[in-house]
Parts: sequence; structure tokens; C-alpha cells
Amino acid sequence: MEQRIGVFVCHCGINIASIVRISDVVKAIGDYPGVIHAEEYKYMCSEPGQSMIQKRIKEKKLNGVIVAACSPTLHELTFRNVAVRSGLNPYRCEMANIREHCSWVHHDKDMATAKAIRIIRSLVEKVKLNEELEPLAVSITKRALIIGGGISGIQAALDIANAGYEVILVEKSPSIGGHMAQLSETFPTLDCSQCILTPKMVEVAQNRNIKLYTYAEVDNISGFVGNFKVNIRLKASYVDWDKCVGCGLCIEKCPTKVSSEFEENLSKRKAIYVPFPQAVPNKPVIDREHCRYFATGKCRVCEKVCELKAIDFEEEDKVIEEDVGAIVVATGYQLYDIQKIGEYGAGKYKDVITGLQFERLLSASGPTGGEVKRPSDGKVPKRVSFISCVGSRDPELHKSYCSKVCCMYLAKQAMLYQHRVPKGKATVFYIDIRSDGKNYEEFVQRAQEEEKINFIRGKVSKVYEDNGELVLHAVDTLSGEPLEVRTDLVVLGIAMTPASDIDKLTKILKIQSDKDGFLTEAHPKLRPVESLTPGIFIAGCAHFPKDIPDTVAQSSASASKVMEMFGHKELSHDPMVAWVDEDLCSGCGICISLCPYDSRVLEIKEGKRIATVNEILCEGCGSCIAACPSGASQQRNLQDNQLLKMTDAVLSE
Amino acid sequence: MDNIIDKISDISGENIYACYQCGKCSAGCPSVEQMDILPNQVIRLIQIGRVELALKSNAIWVCASCFMCSVRCPRGIDLSKIMEALREIHLREDIDHIDIKDVRRENVYELPQIALVANFRKQTG
Amino acid sequence: MKVLYYPGCTLKTSARNFEDSAKASMKILGFELEELERWNCCGTVYSLSSDDLMHKLAPIRNLIRVKEQGDNKVVTLCSMCYNTLKQANELFREDEDARYKINSFMEREKDYEGDVEVIHMLTFLKEVVGFENVSKKVKASLSGLKIAPYYGCLLLRPRSAAIDDIENPTIMEDLLKALDTDVVDYPYRNECCGSYNTVNEVGLVVERTYKMVNIARSSGANIIVTSCPLCQFNLDARQKEVKEKYYDFQEMPVVYFTQIMGKVLGIDSKYMGLELHYVKPELLI
Repeated sequence: MEQRIGVFVCHCGINIASIVRISDVVKAIGDYPGVIHAEEYKYMCSEPGQSMIQKRIKEKKLNGVIVAACSPTLHELTFRNVAVRSGLNPYRCEMANIREHCSWVHHDKDMATAKAIRIIRSLVEKVKLNEELEPLAVSITKRALIIGGGISGIQAALDIANAGYEVILVEKSPSIGGHMAQLSETFPTLDCSQCILTPKMVEVAQNRNIKLYTYAEVDNISGFVGNFKVNIRLKASYVDWDKCVGCGLCIEKCPTKVSSEFEENLSKRKAIYVPFPQAVPNKPVIDREHCRYFATGKCRVCEKVCELKAIDFEEEDKVIEEDVGAIVVATGYQLYDIQKIGEYGAGKYKDVITGLQFERLLSASGPTGGEVKRPSDGKVPKRVSFISCVGSRDPELHKSYCSKVCCMYLAKQAMLYQHRVPKGKATVFYIDIRSDGKNYEEFVQRAQEEEKINFIRGKVSKVYEDNGELVLHAVDTLSGEPLEVRTDLVVLGIAMTPASDIDKLTKILKIQSDKDGFLTEAHPKLRPVESLTPGIFIAGCAHFPKDIPDTVAQSSASASKVMEMFGHKELSHDPMVAWVDEDLCSGCGICISLCPYDSRVLEIKEGKRIATVNEILCEGCGSCIAACPSGASQQRNLQDNQLLKMTDAVLSE
Repeated sequence: MDNIIDKISDISGENIYACYQCGKCSAGCPSVEQMDILPNQVIRLIQIGRVELALKSNAIWVCASCFMCSVRCPRGIDLSKIMEALREIHLREDIDHIDIKDVRRENVYELPQIALVANFRKQTG
Repeated sequence: MKVLYYPGCTLKTSARNFEDSAKASMKILGFELEELERWNCCGTVYSLSSDDLMHKLAPIRNLIRVKEQGDNKVVTLCSMCYNTLKQANELFREDEDARYKINSFMEREKDYEGDVEVIHMLTFLKEVVGFENVSKKVKASLSGLKIAPYYGCLLLRPRSAAIDDIENPTIMEDLLKALDTDVVDYPYRNECCGSYNTVNEVGLVVERTYKMVNIARSSGANIIVTSCPLCQFNLDARQKEVKEKYYDFQEMPVVYFTQIMGKVLGIDSKYMGLELHYVKPELLI
């Protein structure tokens, strides 16, 4: 093929032009073999710049284009689209990065100019050997899997289902609703959490596009974007939910009481139970670990009283397989372990409780019917102290990050306590108050001005029990006064951490998490709801602590990303993938163990072991190519011979 | 004044600027009642360049290096080392905090040696 | 079995009852405390200045003596000695530069690498003797004793020297329970007694002692148990000044854990040294 390459050199305003002598570059590169046209322009990415390239391609019958400008991450797509519009195969268009790799990092104009020329020359050599590739087409299963049935998963499921796509919602506990179902009233509007949540829970149950699996967990996932296969373990509930009508007689008669997870261990539930009255589905499960029959072989009272014969002690876990095209991970949070906070008693004082426990004490449906009574003796506390930043913002001993919602919920809890116990005295110990949401700061000011809640700036150092009271050692850092505060109840604004099984899930999904276990987004600003694995999205507190409005917004964003994907007929996949020269491949399999995407597979072809490439799975990372001992693994348009020519072009005078 | 801040950093090996003034050191300090300024204020004064005020406080002498602040500091600052650095600045200028002659003879017989040695180690140069 | 042991100065004088009761008790448990030869002062307080290596020589020399005596473990009783030896040892383990400088400075001694293990007696009792074995030797029952264990600072802090959980230690409680005695929980067991301020700021120590004894009493205790001769002095002897200031103050005896152990294991009363106490521990007589 005759090479008719055009080079377009961008000034990027003064970004490139102030260091690189553009005219010298154009002149030098215009004489380079294969280049038949070279030209400069102030802003190549602007509309006139793009039109200029388009015009030249047609005019000069160019069959290769190099845009010497910024980083390809920024504008490769822009200029490849110009190529497409001009009838040129987009993979015959490359960018030479003379900004980040040259003008931004050098001061000497002569040397920078010479370097820019070399960079462009190397790209000319690359384009000479670039194949005309076509994107790979991938079919899509237009069903989404949502993992986690809290407010985040509920929102994502409803959005996708209402757009007309099927959704599979998997929740590990017996009911959807998550932590939001436990909350009393929500800041800053003080609307009842359950009142706004339960209609959405019911909507999930009634939506024909949503298949709900509660008391279920994702065991395994294989496949790739658009084509995942999911194994879901339906944990044995020992109750046939098709037969059960939820009459509750079994629960009433069950003789075994255990601490209720939903009530944060402030009250008991039975071994056969529905977590809370508004649960969806409203069907009981038997907690095998605590059931008397499973422990001793005797009892079966629930079975005796169930007239519908819904109890089935023989039931076993079932694993089912579902096909989905996209996955939203919305596994939420849990609270940091109170036992790790030794200076506040490490959980040994009954009246030192977590924020979630206090929510249950405030909740009308909670163990005290919404009356604030302290756990130790059921008395109404006359004084309550709230401590913020417990385990948060503590890189030395606990978690380095700010858990984001504690300032607001502690202010809210102090306010609600003040409403319930008007003569009571609420004190909030804080370091900084973070109230950066709509109407949040006004809410905190109201707590201070109208409710006259005492906000003390200083971190409590120690809490201990003395004669039925709790004693706090603190200082007021603003006045410099040491304080010994006696109180009846202490509420800890304790750090939020990812759900305990997040590590297991990230391994199954092959997605990344940070040092604290929170899921990593593809880009912190521009791709905040995508994981780095195509087709897997993240939402809610699995990503980072956030409040309900932010969670709902992020979940809807994830849902819209899923819908964007489902809006296509098929997915296109970058064709710059690995391929294998079957004559050279010895089938050693080194590439298979190295491939992070499971795209390399050993096949027997005509009696010979060959490590083939599943092109759809390949992300073009190059690991297999670098490791291949025989040079059989190659990457399209980054072939060994291209790289050698490019190196020559850079090194030769 | 920058020099003396550097000196405090050098002697203590601690980063004064890591402190975000939560006050947990002062809240847990068993001797805070006897101090004229709070332990967190000692760091604050250094942060804002008023080292001379920190140096003349009695807090630095009351501190007996019990390390309660060190083990609870969320930023991992060993405040007892900063207190020691401030004491050292006096002691290295040959300014003792106590005069050994003031210790009464009958006390010397009564006190355990470790009390005397520890006291002289911390409060004299 | 012989156990190499570092006494420190105070155990030879005002706290000799600590050493005597420990030695006699250990004998009953089948261990002989063998005193380190040519030991010197531990340094008493560990120097916190990063540029002060001179004061780390004293503790390091003691550890070198341990090696010279052909051992690699040394047991201590006094919390202050334990802490200085332990922290100096940790420095040698962590800080290559400090190790090099101090080793270069010492002409006669062999280079030391931080390879001696500094063990407090409580840890030794827990991990080597075993509390269950201590329990088997219990002879006398000490009913009526309500013990408030007092850890103070130096068994628990800094973190690198902690013999147990920093905020909620149980090692002393576990030993005392193994000795079949009653233990009470109270909040100030890991706080500072005022330490060496007792020399020139008696008032400060008086306040601490007043607070400490009162909270131990309100938690149900009638005796305080410690492992540090300085804590023992401050909490016991300073009760004299406390009484002068607070007329309603009720005294409480303060003893070493080894004295409780000795009494329960049935050591000879001459090793108890109860005459050294300001507040006489009647319950142990």
C-alpha cells in the first residue's frame, strides 16, 4: 500500500507552541518518508480544526493521519471520529502526544522541538503498519442484576424495571429495605423513614419486571459485559413461601428467642422470624443456627402449628443460574465494630450505644415504641451525650476517612431526643460540623438556636460507668476548659465501613476496592458510578459513606448507565486485542495464568495445544504479549515489528 | 521562630502540623487539672508560631510522659515527645526546672530512688 | 527452673518486699529468680528525644549483660525498669542508625542486635508458668479481699511496650482470679499516679491519689494492687498528705501483686514486708 500520511500539528494555544517550534516541526515532518502532507493549526480539536483535517483527507487522498497534540486519552476518539466522517478507517488515525510528553515537561525549546519531531516520527512508523480494524460486536442480554436490596438497590431496580428491562434483585437478608428501614426520621426534613421507604419496597414486590430473591447470595459470576452468568444461592428458609400466607402463628409459638439484628440487639426475635412487620416479602425464615430443632433434634413446634404445611425442615440451599447483561453492586455499609473503641468501653457498657441503636430507640416501631429508654434499666435518660468522629478521621487507630453522615444524624438525633424528652439535656461533642447538603446547615443551626442543644468542640477521650451514670472525660477546645461530663446515655457516631462480605464479592466480580474495602470507581470525577470492569456499576454506601439523597441519586445514575447500555442493539468492543500466531504458540499456558480477564484459553487444534484469545473478553492490557516466550502472542496495531520501527524512529537522528 | 519550630520537630521527631486540634489528648490527660494550658494548646501555640508561650507554660513540666495522649491520638502524634522537646529546649540552655538543693533531706530518705532519678532526669539538664 | 531476673534499684530498698515476695512465690511455683550479674541502673525514664542516644546506653548495657550471661530473656518486676528496657530494646530492633551509633560508642561490649526478650513478670506468669498452674498451688483463701488492680502507665504505654490491651487490660485480673481472689472493675486502673512529680509537686500527686483511692472504694474495692514501686509509693505513702487535706478520707492499702500471690501461695510472712507500707494491709496479715 502506498503510504499517504498526513500530519496535523496542534499549537494547543500556547500550551505546545510556547515551547515547541511548531513551524520547524511541520517542516521536518513534511519531509519524512511516507508523509505527503503536514500542517499546523492553533486548536486542532476545535470545529474549524476538525473540518480542516476532514477536508485534507479527502483532498489529498490520505490513508493515514497523525494528530500531534495532547494525550490520546483526551482526544483520540475525537480525531478517530473525524477519520470516520472522512471515509478513513479510524484505526489508521493516531495521536502523537507532544503536550504531556513534551511541551509541558520541558523548558529548552530546541530540545523540545527535536523531541516532538521524534515522537511524531515514531507515530508515522506505527501508522504505516496499522491495520484497518473493525470494532468487535457483542450481543447484550438486556437484564440487570442488582446486588443488595437497601434503598440503593431498590432505587436502581425500580428505575431499570420502569424503563422496561428485566431486573434480578438479590438481597442476603430475609427482607429488602436495608438500613433505611431501621431509621426513625430523616434529616433535614424529619420525614419518617419507613413511611417513604415501604411504598418503594412494595413497588419492588409488585413490579412485573423485577424478580426478587431475598435470603439469597451471589455465589459466582462468569462471562463478560453484556453476557454475564450468575450463580445465585437461595438459602434454605425451611418455609415454603408459596404455601405460607404470613399468618405468624409459627413465630408466636416458637420457643427460642435470639437477639434481633433489625433491632440492633436491643430486643429479641424468634428463631423463626420476619425481620420487621413491613418486611418484603412478608414471609418467615428459620434461623438454622439458633433453631431448637436443628440444635437438639427436638421441637418442630412451628411445623405442628402450621395448617398450610409450609414448614419444610428438609429444604436445602438451591443454586440457580441467571443470565444478565449488567450488574449494579449496592451492598451498602455496616458500622465499625464498637469493640475496637476501647476507651469508650469496647461495648461493655450497655448505655454506650451506636447511632443505629439510637435510631431504633427513636423509632415508633422500635423496641420501646419510640420512647427513649436506655438499654440498661429502661429509664428515660435525662441527659444524652452524642460523640462524633468515633473511629472516623482517625488514620492512626481506625479509619482515615470522614463517614460523612454522622454530623447530620447526630444533630437530628439530638433534636428528636429533645422533642421526645423536652426537659432532657442533649450534648453533642464534635470536632468539625459537616453540613454540606441542601438545607443541612440550616438544620444544624436550628438544633443549636431553637433546640438549644449544647455543641461542644472537643473529642471525648474516655467513657466509663460510675454508679449508674456514665462519665465522659472531655475538653472544650474553644474555651480551654477540661470537662468531666456526667450523662445517662452515650450515642456514638461510629464509622461506616463496607458490608462484611465485600471482599468476597469483589473477588467474585473481579472489581477493585480501596484500602478500606469501598468499591473503586472508574474515574473519581467523570465516571463515578462505573467500576473498572465493563458492565459492572456501583451505587450507594458500597462505594463510600453517603446519605439517602446522595445514595438515591447515585443509584439512579447507575441505573441510567445500565439503560444507556441496554439502549444499544449490540455492544462494540475495541479491536486492539491480543491475537495468537498459532504456528509459533507452543501451548505453554503462561498467558493463561497472567490474563486478568480470563480471555486466554487452551484449546486443542489439530492435535496441538494452542492458547487462543477470546477477543470479547480481552481488554488489550498486553500482559500476555510481554510474557509470551515465543512471540506468538501479539496485539493488533501494537505488533512487535511496529514497536521496533517506532523505537528506531525515536532513536535515529 | 521557624528555627525553634524545626528544633522542636527535630528533637521530638513528630510532625506538629498533623494535629487537627480535636482535643482528645487534653480530654484524656490525667494531669490536665494541674496544667495552666491544655496539651492541645501546647501544640496549637507551636502551630501558630507562639512557641515562647508554650515554653513558659507549666504544662510541659507537669506532663510526666504517661503516654495516654500518644496512644489515643487519631493522628498518631506522640505528644509526650513534643513535651519532652520543649523541656529539652530549656534544659539544653542549662536552665533547670528544679533546684536539687530544694529537695528536703528527709524526703530523700523517704522517696523511692526511681522517683528522684526520674525527676532529675526530666527536670534538670 | 532458673529465670534470669533484673531487679532495679528500688527493689533493693523501699520496695524490697516486692522482690522478696516475688522470689518466694516463684520458688513455690518451681522457678528460681536468678539475679543478673553486674546490673546497672535502667535509666528510670526512657529518653523521648530522638537525638538523645546517650541515655539509652544504660538500658542497653543491661541487655548486653543478659547475653554475656548466656541468656536471651530477662524478667523484670518494676514497671519502670520494664518500660525503659523494653523501649530501648525496641529502638534497637527498629532503628538501624541508632543501633549502629550506640554499638560504635561502646568500646568493650559486643555489638547488640536487640535480640534479648524483655518480659514483665505478669507476662511470664501468664505465658511461661501458666495461670492454671498458679491456680493449682493456691493454699490460702483470701476471702474479704476486694482487689482493684492498678496498671498505671508503663505496663501499657507506649503501644510498643504494652503487655496487654491498652484500654482494657485483663492480665492482672486474670492472675488475681487464678489466685482465687475477688477483683473489682474500676475506671482509673490505667491512668497515671503523677509519677515523679511526687518529688516537687506533692499536691498534684495528692489529688491523683485521693481520686484514685476514692473511685476504687466506690467501685467496691478495699485494696489496690500494683506492679510499680513508684505507683505504690504515691498511692500508699501519699495518703498521709491526702488525709491532712481531706479529713473525711478513708485509707486503703496498696500492695504488689506478688504479695497477694505470696499470701495465697503460702510464703513465709517474713517475705511479705508489710512493715514497709504506710497503710497497713490488715487483710494480708
